[in-house]
Amino acid sequence: MLTPLAIELAYWQETIIKGVIGLVAVLLPTGALVYLFLFKMMSFMQSRLGPMETGPYGQLQLLAEFGKFLQKEDIFPAKADRFVFAAAPFVVLVSTFMLVLVLPGGPDATFIDINTGIYFALAVSSVSVIGILMAGWGSASKYSLLGGLRAAGQLIAYELPLVLSVVGVVIMAESLNLSDIVHKQNEFGMWFILPQFIGFFLFLVSVQAELTQPPFDMPQAESELVTGFLTEYSGIRFLLFFIAEFATAAIFSAIGATLFLGGWTIPFVDANAEFMNYIGPLVLAAKMILIAFLIFWFRITYPRFREDQLQRLAWKFMIPLALANIVITAILKVAL
Amino acid sequence: MTTDHITAELDINDNEQLRYIAAQAVDARVNVELETEGMTLNIGPQHPATHGTLRIVAKLDGEQVIKAEPIMGYMHRGYEKLTEVRTYPQVTTLVNRIDWVGSFANEVPFILAAEDLMEVEAPPRAQWIRTALFEMGRIANIMLFLGDMAVQLGGVTAVFYAFRDREFVLNQIESVTGGRFHPNFNRIGGIKDDLPAGWIAETKSVMQKVRDFCDEMEDLVVGNEIFQLRCRGVGVIPAEVGKAYGLSGANLRASGVDWDLRRDGDSRLAWKDLDWKVWTHPDGDSFARYWVRLQETREATYMVEQILDGLPTGPIMAKVPRIIKVPAGESYVQTENPLGVMGYYVISKGELTPFRVKIRTASFSNMSIAPWLLEGVYVPDIATILASLYFILGDIDR
Amino acid sequence: MPKMPGMLVGLRVTAKTFFKTVFPGGPFSPPAPSKGAHTVQYPHVKEAPPTRARGVIALHDDNCTACMLCARECPDWCIYIEGHKELAPPRRAGGKPRQKNKLDRFDIDFALCMFCGICVDVCPFDALFWSPEFEFSEMRIADLLHDKSRLGDWMETVPEFPAYESGADQKVRKVPAT
Ligand code: SF4
Ligand code: SF4
Repeated sequence: MLTPLAIELAYWQETIIKGVIGLVAVLLPTGALVYLFLFKMMSFMQSRLGPMETGPYGQLQLLAEFGKFLQKEDIFPAKADRFVFAAAPFVVLVSTFMLVLVLPGGPDATFIDINTGIYFALAVSSVSVIGILMAGWGSASKYSLLGGLRAAGQLIAYELPLVLSVVGVVIMAESLNLSDIVHKQNEFGMWFILPQFIGFFLFLVSVQAELTQPPFDMPQAESELVTGFLTEYSGIRFLLFFIAEFATAAIFSAIGATLFLGGWTIPFVDANAEFMNYIGPLVLAAKMILIAFLIFWFRITYPRFREDQLQRLAWKFMIPLALANIVITAILKVAL
Repeated sequence: MTTDHITAELDINDNEQLRYIAAQAVDARVNVELETEGMTLNIGPQHPATHGTLRIVAKLDGEQVIKAEPIMGYMHRGYEKLTEVRTYPQVTTLVNRIDWVGSFANEVPFILAAEDLMEVEAPPRAQWIRTALFEMGRIANIMLFLGDMAVQLGGVTAVFYAFRDREFVLNQIESVTGGRFHPNFNRIGGIKDDLPAGWIAETKSVMQKVRDFCDEMEDLVVGNEIFQLRCRGVGVIPAEVGKAYGLSGANLRASGVDWDLRRDGDSRLAWKDLDWKVWTHPDGDSFARYWVRLQETREATYMVEQILDGLPTGPIMAKVPRIIKVPAGESYVQTENPLGVMGYYVISKGELTPFRVKIRTASFSNMSIAPWLLEGVYVPDIATILASLYFILGDIDR
Repeated sequence: MPKMPGMLVGLRVTAKTFFKTVFPGGPFSPPAPSKGAHTVQYPHVKEAPPTRARGVIALHDDNCTACMLCARECPDWCIYIEGHKELAPPRRAGGKPRQKNKLDRFDIDFALCMFCGICVDVCPFDALFWSPEFEFSEMRIADLLHDKSRLGDWMETVPEFPAYESGADQKVRKVPAT
């Protein structure tokens, strides 16, 4: 990989560079999303200004928050299962970092280029459920337990429509490899959002549910469960959960952009050109922000579902719709 | 379930120990199959859904509530007792603090009761200004509900709109009375001061803003399918049950009972001279309660405008002695407050202070239906139902 | 026209507010969120409270006769007054010297005060006034006890009483010059 740099690097050097890039690739978009949408867009939609004091227009607010969380005491509840409680945020974070691995940022700018990319991404994203369950159980709090169980039920229910909504794209691209999917969209002459608009819609909704953002934020449901599985967390561990939540939002938006909006390509520009390795990540980031905008817009506007209504929506509406979408895609694929 | 068939299977009738083990096995199986261990969840006294210090002890089976009981009194401030050692003008400022979001309305029934005993009547201009501020207190109060209910259901944005536009109403109240939350503007025999210049025009524009806010809420909250899913059919109060529990105000009107003390009471305030409508809804669920309150807010803005147009001229204070000594006697006055019926039963022995004041607050009665209503609902519905019943903690505990 | 789904209408409401906040001068004006937002950046920008706002109590101590009415009527007895009588020079030459109440101490404990305004109302000699000034928080609670000179200083911030709306029967009162 990293061939565009045209230097031969030892394996360990390459690994370190990749690690740093990976860290940046997770933290930078996360910070951007939180600042742009959670701080600013949300405030503007509520006709207020949001943080303004730290830096111009409050740009350094995130750093301030970061410092604040680092200073706070890391509280363990007396009856908590200490190991599980302490490990939970890391499990969630690991799932987040593994997600970013398969994202292609340009023709050669990939961390790993595996043939089952999208499959890997969806599988890894489910690991976070375990972390959340651990948090819910380990806190030894009733609110956390209810939140953790809700999260588990919800994530399992929405894993299915998420996978099924992607299948349409996979059929059209004839590949599970994310780079191939991107290239196919370029060859195809249009982004898959046009033929796969049902798939895109389903993907958006399931991602919203996967991220436990409103209107699907029952696991945290402030007015019912305080903050669900996060209730007992404080300080650095809360911060880790927070990063994981919004990093996952960023990465899922990027995956959505890759699948449906042509990833790092620009229409009418040669996708294999050398410079795409440098522009590609930026293009991808722009498209990611576009999708994240939708996700956060929903988050700001809607009230939340009830647990049973959410399950009904998943099983009775989204899964049949996704299946129908697959069937139609397959028929069209064969017929055309 | 008995242990018979198991012991029969094992044929161990005679062996004490084996029978004991078999019984244990059956117990275990019962636990697995038929009943799960309940869980007691303390919602409150510090919990986001109870906005205040209400505590609800809920016995849960999974996410279903088996039994829920509100426990009140965490914020009891002893106002009924306090009134016995404070003079009448001082009591006015105390009762401000009962329902602190629509506090102007708290003063009015107490003052009316005291005026009854003293046999004075405020001049018409004072009554009309009282009515206008009363309705503005109602608007300020219910606007908070309109935003807060959405927040309880997870939609954060509505409450910011509510606070944004409620600020205009509070500003108007402040520029007349001097206090945003605790006006202390009523006096026995009238009101403290007249309106400042330019207030009427400004208030009219504020009322327009409130109506815009109501439209916004209709778009953002009422029309939202998720909101309707969450609220329709949740927490249904049949009219008979509502009456039996002593509900009042919008909670009762949402059950289809057409009863509003502003129209049906014997109040001296200006409501009788206005052209307005009592809103009811047949359903009695959480959605109906939200809807009725939304319509009432809009209706109140029209009422304020009518009052401002037809304001009589003249004095604002009747002749009352400087030192207020209320003649012996009893009187009870109740009015239709933002939260429901609020009444003051004042007993005087002819001294500077009341002998006894009994305060009937709406939220206390409205809360009493909660155990009945919460039985068998899911945990998320607790938030919906509590929000839609709309209580103010100070109004419960006083 | 078929009814728009409520969820889309909701999105429209938030989007509209967004644009109103960011572009308060219309869609082609430069973005100016600090103008469009309804909030005020407090320490930098201050909203002026209405003239009648009950912010802090000012004392015009020339008028005060230490009659104690305000201290007695205050619901939580947070006014502390001490005074003594002294002889003042006669009004007209050759007259008898007058008895005058001199104020030694006049403290209001704003940590206890609940801003009801009863003291201002009952004062028969126009010695107490409301000022809309509200920035007098302190680090120590004991510092909230304002003494005579501090209360007197607030007199400068007392605004004139506003004119009345037409149809009112009241006469506009005057604030004595300090
Ligand atoms: S405003 Fe009320 S509480 Fe404060 S000093 Fe005056 S009378 Fe006492
Ligand atoms: S301020 Fe007024 S009421 Fe109080 S002691 Fe002085 S003159 Fe009397």
